Amino acid sequence: MAYSDKVIDHYENPRNVGTLDKADPNVGTGLVGAPACGDVMRLQLKISDDGIIEDARFKTFGCGSAIASSSLVSEWVKGKTVDEALTISNKDVARELALPPVKIHCSVLAEDAIKAAIDDFKKKREARRQQQSA
Amino acid sequence: MKLPIYMDNHATTPMDPRVLEAMLPYLREDFGNAASRNHAFGWKAEAAVEEARKQVAALIGASDKEIVFTSGATESDNLAIKGVVEFYKEKGDHIITLKTEHKAVLDTCKRLERVRQERLDELKMLRLMQLTGAPVSRDDLATLAIKHDLDNDAVYRQWAELPTGGARVTYLDVEKDGRVDLKKLEAAMTDKTILVSIMLANNEIGTVQPIAEIGRLCRARGILFHCDAVQGIGKVPFHVEEMQVDLASISAHKMYGPKGVGALYVRRKPRVRIAPIIDGGGHERGMRSGTLNVASIVGFGHAAKIAREEMADEAVRLTRLRERLRKGIVEQLDMVTVNGSQEHRLPGNLNISFAYVEGEALMMAIKDVAVSSGSACTSASLEPSYVLRACGVEEELAHSSIRFGLGRFNTEEEVDFVIKLMVDKVNRLREMSPLYEMAKEGIDLKSIEWTAH
Repeated sequence: MAYSDKVIDHYENPRNVGTLDKADPNVGTGLVGAPACGDVMRLQLKISDDGIIEDARFKTFGCGSAIASSSLVSEWVKGKTVDEALTISNKDVARELALPPVKIHCSVLAEDAIKAAIDDFKKKREARRQQQSA
Repeated sequence: MKLPIYMDNHATTPMDPRVLEAMLPYLREDFGNAASRNHAFGWKAEAAVEEARKQVAALIGASDKEIVFTSGATESDNLAIKGVVEFYKEKGDHIITLKTEHKAVLDTCKRLERVRQERLDELKMLRLMQLTGAPVSRDDLATLAIKHDLDNDAVYRQWAELPTGGARVTYLDVEKDGRVDLKKLEAAMTDKTILVSIMLANNEIGTVQPIAEIGRLCRARGILFHCDAVQGIGKVPFHVEEMQVDLASISAHKMYGPKGVGALYVRRKPRVRIAPIIDGGGHERGMRSGTLNVASIVGFGHAAKIAREEMADEAVRLTRLRERLRKGIVEQLDMVTVNGSQEHRLPGNLNISFAYVEGEALMMAIKDVAVSSGSACTSASLEPSYVLRACGVEEELAHSSIRFGLGRFNTEEEVDFVIKLMVDKVNRLREMSPLYEMAKEGIDLKSIEWTAH
């Protein structure tokens, strides 16, 4: 399958690979996909108390497109507010990387990973708030 | 050493320069049609074809009269299976094959199942028309069939026993090492079984089947035995007399010959009959019409001759290279699994799963070496290999598999380069793999509720 130069660049020089401390109350972790389907994406976001995404780290098991999609969104979300990050759609990712039709799925996974990470962060914050008020 | 390195010799092999030399005169001055009986150009072409026929026959212990040239092994598989089903339809309509066969066999069998189903549907419609006195549409077929209890209707049941032109097919499971269990094969045979189709060696995992034992089982019951010998021929011994094979498919481009030419071995004693699937000028004793591809056939014959002469030495060399590759990888990387039988294996095949690394990403990382993550014929789909799945390999591991196919032109230097490359790149991708990190932390990946998608 012929990939675009952008996919190859992100695949060969992935940005923001790594792990953030899961236990940190300001870190949201999104784990999407399934090993049996051939791709699993983990995106971690460090979010400030006023809702700015300060840092992002990812690890991905999957094809070149999956790795490139997660690398790309890890760059895009940095510096954005949570609400801004949630507007990133799979179509933006697929367009930017010029993904072939059979690989659109990878961009969907990347969008889901952002949502899952932010969701995790919000749940953590909610739990903390309840603890404090209790 | 030249990059990229070719290690996908199951997909195709480079042509041996000696083969090309043998072919050239038949693409230049000796261009005659082998069917032209009235001049020297034709005679020369015919003589070259007959020489090639002898060479191909000699490789498998057959007589030259038993070789039918085709456009390749896919056509040979189609001709063997459809040809037998059509010719022996009065005798029975049951075929047994393996779940790990090549698509050329599996998809042919599936088509024959569809043919049978369509024919049965037509018979059902006909019978329902008799019963209801009105025309029956395909849409109403299912409901009406239940309403009139066609399954227990004596007339329909009698009709359903008539030859349909299609077939019923049993797709047998294989053992973990990819081999057929002979007891399961025997148990699947019925008095309606006319054909068993089992490959000599698997194109993905290199497992070699017990062909002589299968041949004995089939012969004892008067069942024809077709063997798709494409991947194993010229690499491991294959003798149609000793192994009691009745039909065998061969391809030139898997044995350092040209693409677009193959053969079907069709036994003469005891005689096997097949109906042609291509009609025309009656070439190849009526079994395969069409002007012979003379230059390619000459190349095929020459490739067969070289394979016959060099097979024994080459098998030793390739086994040594493959073992070097296997050891180099296995000793330097954890969590790798070799797929397929260790003992009954093609000399040049190594199929390995690298847990927590996805196969396509890995192939992208090792672009200096041409390998595949399954068969070339299925690499357009994203499904994990059906062959590995049939051997009980879990889906996630099947996504992590790479097939190396070593061949005549691979060297030790190339193998050493590939080992180093594999170790580097697998480590790099594992650094990036959330699954590898979790596994290293001792998290049971099966305990996680994955998001289905």
